[in-house]
Amino acid sequence: MKRFLIFILFLSLCFASCRKFEENTISVGVVAEITGDMPAVGASCTNAAKMAVKEANDAGGFVFDGKKYSVKLFIEDNAGKADQSASAAQKLIAQNNVVAIVGPNASRYAIPASEIAESSKVVLITPWSTNPKTTLDARTNKPKQYVFRACFIDPFQGKVLAKFAFEQLKTQKAAVLYDVASEYNKGIAEIFRDTFNQIGGQLVAFESYTTNDKDFSAQLTKIKRSSPDILFLPNYYSEVPLQVQQAHRLGLNVPVLGSDSWGSPELLTLCGGDCEGYYFSTHYSPESATPEAKKFIQNYQAMYGKAPDDVAALTYDSFGLLWTAMKNAKGPDRVSIRDALAKLSGYNGVTGTMQFKEGSGDPIKSCVIVQVKEGKFSFFANANP
Amino acid sequence: MSYFFQQSLNALQLGSIYALIALGYTMVYGILRMINFAHGDLFMVGAFFCFLAATVLHFPFLPTLLVSMAGVAFLGVIIERLAYKPLRQAPRVSAVITALGVGIFLENLILAIDPYPKHVPLLIGNTTWDLLGVSVSSLQVLIIALSLGLMLMLDFIVRRTMVGIAMRAISWDKTIVPLMGVPVNLVISITFALGAGLGAAAGTMYGLAYPVIDPYMGIMVGWKAFISAVVGGIGNIRGAMIGGFILGTVEILVVAYFPSTYKDFVSFALLLVLLIYRPYGILGKPQTQKI
Repeated sequence: MKRFLIFILFLSLCFASCRKFEENTISVGVVAEITGDMPAVGASCTNAAKMAVKEANDAGGFVFDGKKYSVKLFIEDNAGKADQSASAAQKLIAQNNVVAIVGPNASRYAIPASEIAESSKVVLITPWSTNPKTTLDARTNKPKQYVFRACFIDPFQGKVLAKFAFEQLKTQKAAVLYDVASEYNKGIAEIFRDTFNQIGGQLVAFESYTTNDKDFSAQLTKIKRSSPDILFLPNYYSEVPLQVQQAHRLGLNVPVLGSDSWGSPELLTLCGGDCEGYYFSTHYSPESATPEAKKFIQNYQAMYGKAPDDVAALTYDSFGLLWTAMKNAKGPDRVSIRDALAKLSGYNGVTGTMQFKEGSGDPIKSCVIVQVKEGKFSFFANANP
Repeated sequence: MSYFFQQSLNALQLGSIYALIALGYTMVYGILRMINFAHGDLFMVGAFFCFLAATVLHFPFLPTLLVSMAGVAFLGVIIERLAYKPLRQAPRVSAVITALGVGIFLENLILAIDPYPKHVPLLIGNTTWDLLGVSVSSLQVLIIALSLGLMLMLDFIVRRTMVGIAMRAISWDKTIVPLMGVPVNLVISITFALGAGLGAAAGTMYGLAYPVIDPYMGIMVGWKAFISAVVGGIGNIRGAMIGGFILGTVEILVVAYFPSTYKDFVSFALLLVLLIYRPYGILGKPQTQKI
């Protein structure tokens, strides 16, 4: 009986505190790749999210109709699975009643989650998903109303890289090796191929593999036979080191070009010295940082003891966009926040100035080319198509 | 022509790894008539043991290989005792489901400890030679030689030693053999130890050849090795070796002469055709049921 009474007391306390808490909070969700094949991405995303929420709450939260609201953050793991990304988004929307979701980051997880957000009419901002399909409705081919992103899109990146290879690196013959089972890799590889051919280069090999393959010797031998000047690997940081090492073992020693999926410090650990001198396009470089970016880098370093990578910066910007929209919104509800976000103009973030294209969730912004130099990422050039 | 030889060498490397793992499936099946789906994950644990021995204990190559093999062999025996032995009289489906569960358990155990992909250091100096346009690396030679050596050793154990005779006897008739005084449990444990140890050797060499390892690496490789075992005739040790080399060769050569997008589609279609004509695998024999 005593135990039962304590239990009731505990329950009532909990309910009382919960109710009090809920009156003045706005819930925001994060879906991230905490476990699965890209845990470094998930860690950066959740780190930056916690930091952004803490800063917003320290600054006094948000005021709607004279009432003060603080932000409550809910973090869900998608375990590196497409179905779990959708169910995590569903859980945040139905159970935690969030007004907006940030994440998932990789396109193959962001696309299913964005479908849920769109149909439930909840804002979803993906920090890092660059595939056009994330913000496009597959049936109508029109932009989704509730899905936004803080990064550039693949056609842009593919074009920039093809031009960079042809004009700045002066290469004539390019080869591509990409993951045919992943939306991101495939999309960017195809745009690179088309652009490179269009501007006068020659694409000599276009080879593919499927996710979780570790042996690329057959494809790389084939690529070597076509004697390219440059190899393009638009693949994730956990696969690129294997591809580069196997290429070297087969005697294929041409410069290698990559996309923003390379931009994790993990790449440097996994590569050893094998990625030295190679280039990739990314969202920002700490070396070309604006004052806003410098402040963010400092705070992040102080809080987590390491430099933020591009996912951290983009997650922080996604929250920055969301906070600005919430300040401008009429009320703390999903529709008002969505409307305020779509109208946003000239937001000055860590990864540059951005503004959403008319009627779309894709921002207009530029990208940087980074080179791996002495075991570090160093700024090489700013690039626009 | 050098292109063909280069691709054949690639195929030999991939095939020898498939063959080593396939042996684990085939040995357990031969004795217990059960498919140990956790075997791919034991292979993964082998790669992680190799990583630990190389980075934490700073062992050179040979001790690393032995530590990994011994550790996983022990793990294999423990798993058999705890998870499979209680189910020895249960329907085979239950045992297979248990094996799947053990595999998922191992993956998530490593995930829970540390989900980051790991970089396995190169434990032996790797030089690449150019032989008439074919790049041959010392690592490749080591992998192929070591796999062949281990396979010959296993073949010897199974054919020439008392333990091997006991294994084959149990595989032949499980009810009579214990009456002859053969310690069945011990022999089954040794079988698991041998199979798991070979899986770990494959894991170690895989870790050296493809030095980024993660907790999910065993799933796809495990499936492919299982398919190799079936193609060779599951339960037959020489068949598993042949099956591994066939699958490796088909996979590499399909990419070499077709668009690489067709890789899995064409290679698995070929294997399906093979199984239609030889449903018991290349060296497998149809089983007759005694009534």
